[in-house]
Amino acid sequence: MLENALVGDKKYWGWIATLLVVIFISLLYYLKQFHYGLGITGLGRDVSWGFYIAQFTFMVGVAASAVMLVLPYYLHNTKAFGKITVLGELVAIAAVSVCMLFIFVDMGQPFRIINVFRYPTPHSLMFWDTIVLSGYLLINAVISWVTLDAERKRIAPPGWIKPIILLSVPWAISIHTVTAFLYSGLASRTFWMSAVLAPRFLASAFASGPALLILIVFILRKVAKFDPGKEPVQKLAVIVTYAMSINVFLVLMEIFTTFYSHIPKDMNHFKFLYVGLNGNTRMVPWMWASSVLAVISLALLIIPSTRKNENVLGLSCAMVFLSIWIDKGLGMVITGFIPNPLGEVANYWPTFPEIMISIGVYASGLLLLTLLYKIALSVKRRAAM
Amino acid sequence: MGIDRRGFIKIAGITALGAAAGRPIANAVSKEDVASISQLPNALTAKRWAMVIDLKKCAERGDCTKCIDACHSIHNVPDFGNPKDEVKWIWKESFENAFEEFEEQELEFVPEDLKLNKVPVFCNHCDNPPCVKVCPTQSTWKRDDGIVMMDYHRCIGCRYCMAACPYGSRSFNWRDPRPFIKNVNPEFPTRMRGVVEKCDLCAERLAKGLMPACVEACEAKAMVFGDLEDSNSAVREILRNRFAIRRKPELGTNPQIYYLV
Repeated sequence: MLENALVGDKKYWGWIATLLVVIFISLLYYLKQFHYGLGITGLGRDVSWGFYIAQFTFMVGVAASAVMLVLPYYLHNTKAFGKITVLGELVAIAAVSVCMLFIFVDMGQPFRIINVFRYPTPHSLMFWDTIVLSGYLLINAVISWVTLDAERKRIAPPGWIKPIILLSVPWAISIHTVTAFLYSGLASRTFWMSAVLAPRFLASAFASGPALLILIVFILRKVAKFDPGKEPVQKLAVIVTYAMSINVFLVLMEIFTTFYSHIPKDMNHFKFLYVGLNGNTRMVPWMWASSVLAVISLALLIIPSTRKNENVLGLSCAMVFLSIWIDKGLGMVITGFIPNPLGEVANYWPTFPEIMISIGVYASGLLLLTLLYKIALSVKRRAAM
Repeated sequence: MGIDRRGFIKIAGITALGAAAGRPIANAVSKEDVASISQLPNALTAKRWAMVIDLKKCAERGDCTKCIDACHSIHNVPDFGNPKDEVKWIWKESFENAFEEFEEQELEFVPEDLKLNKVPVFCNHCDNPPCVKVCPTQSTWKRDDGIVMMDYHRCIGCRYCMAACPYGSRSFNWRDPRPFIKNVNPEFPTRMRGVVEKCDLCAERLAKGLMPACVEACEAKAMVFGDLEDSNSAVREILRNRFAIRRKPELGTNPQIYYLV
């Protein structure tokens, strides 16, 4: 089955080569970081987690979103998702790999990560996050391999895979819940210490992940001549609409609780995000862009005629994805540290090497996804013949 | 926590041996093994170490930095000269920064001289330390005498402890600190890049019968160190007679550093 990744046309190899070049350049920056230390990033004593950890958090959401295909397909027999469920599972595999790489590049002593397993520590949420993420990677690898292999042999998947598929549903929920618990359990950071953080993470995940999948389907139609039809896309669009509505609703819940209770410490974080604090307005244009994108995309998704128009839908999905990326992949992590526990407003922004390393991590994920998709689509094409 | 891998294998092996050959042998060998840590006869020991800091006495010395200088030179704390890379174990913070609960409205009615006080802040050696709870490798842990310690050799540099600390007491080595140490003290380890560090209440000095460096260096005698569980100790004597506050007591971390205002 794997050999399918090794046959392709010029466009395929050109794309692979491009990704490899990007990864190589990024690797040079990583080596620089490895040699110099994390001081090469914009991080410092006050903002000690930044762009890397934010990308990790965002991508855990993308990974978890595979459940939005698995659940309807296997539990509700939604036949429309038959062709694309495996595509969702493969996105999960690539996304979890990206998460792990982001954790790796964020470590001060990356080769000591093994200590997490040498000294298992159940009272640390990071220990549990390591377990659920590795487990999720394994589960999705097994499921997609076995179901694709069955498709290749034109037989029904073996019976033992069904319980594993069912397990993957709560497991997907768990990876983003535990990731939210990393933050929401810290009494030191009031911005994160919210009971709706985990639900909010899940809602934004189930909007951004399926939005990405719709965009992927549009791309595959063009570059791989793979068309699952209009129905699964429309079904996904409804999922994006509901999830995005819930996400925006939960954000408004946070804002109400914070500003009506009027506790200065809690309000400062939101002020930093939306109007700036002590002259630091770095996040302000981004957060307003995120809000505007959220409102427009939601309107376009809720109105049936614009949701059913695939050109508009593509635009809406891109806006949903970007809006949530700004919120989660930029604002959420940094703002937990600003202001810091001493009330000071630090100034953090990712540096050029930090961005380059992040691009490399994403390129690695794209490379993995390309290879996995190449294999899956080749199998599917042959099986359909 | 006190057992390393070799120790574990040893004990596991001995246990298996003991199961086969009878308990007395296992007991004899393992007892000797476990009791291998001994203390110097003059070591300072306590059930729960604590410190009381008299802010008035401290303020009388103005911009004095004796405690900071002593601590940072003994512990090989680097000086990068910029706030981004900064590593610090003890420093002076403004009153409203150190005690956030006095910030905003409340500070208006705090006596003027108190507002001007600079507060020496460092690790609170919390009785319920959030940093210890979150550390995924047990690189930071609380000793039986209450000191929160760091293992620079096990730390993976994930900085979860820094996110969890409500006092900003932890520093990370964003780059190699060694070129930025003015005079290396060979009796204390230097750190490498990529690990977290913080005040260890001079555990290494206590083991030799010495008081913490900051306490010793303070000419105003504003810092008093002692055993909180010993009702006759100097810290208990002060806390009996004076009103003391702690940083962010509402979080339930139970800091062991008390401030007299």
